[in-house]
Amino acid sequence: MKITINVNGKQQRFDVEPNTLLLNLIRDEMSLTGTKYGCGIGECGACTVLLDGDAVLACMMLAVDADGHRVDTVEGLSDGNKLHPIQQAYLDEGAVQCGFCTPGFIMSTKALLDKNPNPNEAEIREYLNGNICRCTGYVNIVKAVQCAAVKMKE
Amino acid sequence: MMDINKHNTHILHRFEYHAPVTVTEAVKLLKELGSEATILAGGTDLIVKMKDGSERPRHIVNIKQIPGLRGVNETPEGLWIGALTKISELENSRVIKEKLPVLYEAVRVIGSVQVRNLASVGGNICNASPAADSAIAFLALDAVAHITGPDGDRKVPFGEFFTGPGRTVIKEGELLTGISVPRDVYGWKGYWVRVARASMDIATISLAATAKMDGGVVKEIRLAWGTVAPTPMRTDNVEDYLRGKKLEQNIIEKAASLAASSIKPRDSGRSTGPYKRKVAKGFIHEALTRFAEA
Ligand SMILES: Cc1cc2nc3c(=O)[nH]c(=O)nc-3n(C[C@H](O)[C@H](O)[C@H](O)COP(=O)(O)OP(=O)(O)OC[C@H]3O[C@@H](n4cnc5c(N)ncnc54)[C@H](O)[C@@H]3O)c2cc1C
Ligand code: FES
Ligand code: FES
Repeated sequence: MKITINVNGKQQRFDVEPNTLLLNLIRDEMSLTGTKYGCGIGECGACTVLLDGDAVLACMMLAVDADGHRVDTVEGLSDGNKLHPIQQAYLDEGAVQCGFCTPGFIMSTKALLDKNPNPNEAEIREYLNGNICRCTGYVNIVKAVQCAAVKMKE
Repeated sequence: MMDINKHNTHILHRFEYHAPVTVTEAVKLLKELGSEATILAGGTDLIVKMKDGSERPRHIVNIKQIPGLRGVNETPEGLWIGALTKISELENSRVIKEKLPVLYEAVRVIGSVQVRNLASVGGNICNASPAADSAIAFLALDAVAHITGPDGDRKVPFGEFFTGPGRTVIKEGELLTGISVPRDVYGWKGYWVRVARASMDIATISLAATAKMDGGVVKEIRLAWGTVAPTPMRTDNVEDYLRGKKLEQNIIEKAASLAASSIKPRDSGRSTGPYKRKVAKGFIHEALTRFAEA
């Protein structure tokens, strides 16, 4: 099936099978491997991408359902070599250890800050509830979100 | 919880794909394909089942291209909610937050932000889990399911909609088009609570309670339960007992005991009947104490 998706701001055409998952299209066809395959059943958030600005799970979506929509992945955030303030904040605050969960967290953070530029800690923790990190213990992740919120207002 | 190590969650089996663009076309397809077809909405239940192999439909009928099945709209009778409306849209609806607090409280904890952005309300209901959070709230709100099929439209009150775990009155060839909530229940007090082993896990037991109060006196009350029976259930006898009563301590105690003996939990791996009865008692106590305040 022929589909068109706006990937990180660029219109792209793909030919997919109906049973192709959006995550496989992103990783295998688009070669955007920032988006991770974690649990595959909706529980870890490693595969989080933005669909028309909303955080969704690419492991739970058919690629055909993205036809005509915009998909943003972590690769679309930086401006050339200049990291997006959210990416920089995750590094600065030590919110990354093995990094497997990080792209998902960053995309959820982007969705959160686009909707609510001033979240308090409870709001941050509630919003990021669907992203699981096995390494960091979340404290630095919350700090990174707060730091990014400040930087994005500058 | 599926045993993910035994399955390849990276791929889905091959299926024939259909994406009808009208309800009429969907009904025609569903009727033709019969038991070989499965409706796909947000996929957050179905895709997990396809990955773990518990469902392997030959035909997928994706209904998301059908316009008019999405949105929260006020009508003279009350609220109309299209079956394809995302859970996140219910969470963000002003009228739901202001007028139907029990529904608001139930939907805002479903899954995660990402799950709520994908999951449809129709899928939550049609999946017919005895734990489905929105279903419990709709049952409490005297909501009505609107179904369209080869023989036309029909309306089924939520009290008659669920026929067993994973089963509803929806027949081959039919689909849920929406849910209506009567205006009568607007502005009632709401209390919603669930116990789960962890956040994001399905509920072990939940209660959706809503009441119309007059001073401390119960004018009307609805009590709907999740995971205390094979389907979401109401405890009508407790409602009848409470109607017209002033919520004093002894009345609350009696209602709580009555509720504990009226639910129908079964001993399962997840939790035990006696535990659920104790929790149910606590839930009613808390709900009525809140309703009695102000
Ligand atoms: C990580 C995770 C956490 C979750 N947490 C919760 C939770 O806290 N509470 C909760 O209640 N649920 C939870 N769920 C379950 C699920 O997200 C919800 O039940 C969701 O609302 C299902 O909607 P959907 O559109 O994704 O359904 P789908 O998966 O598309 O469909 C579900 C079933 O309903 C049928 N169906 C769908 N729409 C229609 C229709 N219009 N007419 C007829 N049949 C239809 C489908 O054929 C299928 O059998 C969770 C799921 C995941 C993956
Ligand atoms: S890989 Fe999608 S939620 Fe875990
Ligand atoms: S940094 Fe390793 S899982 Fe989060």
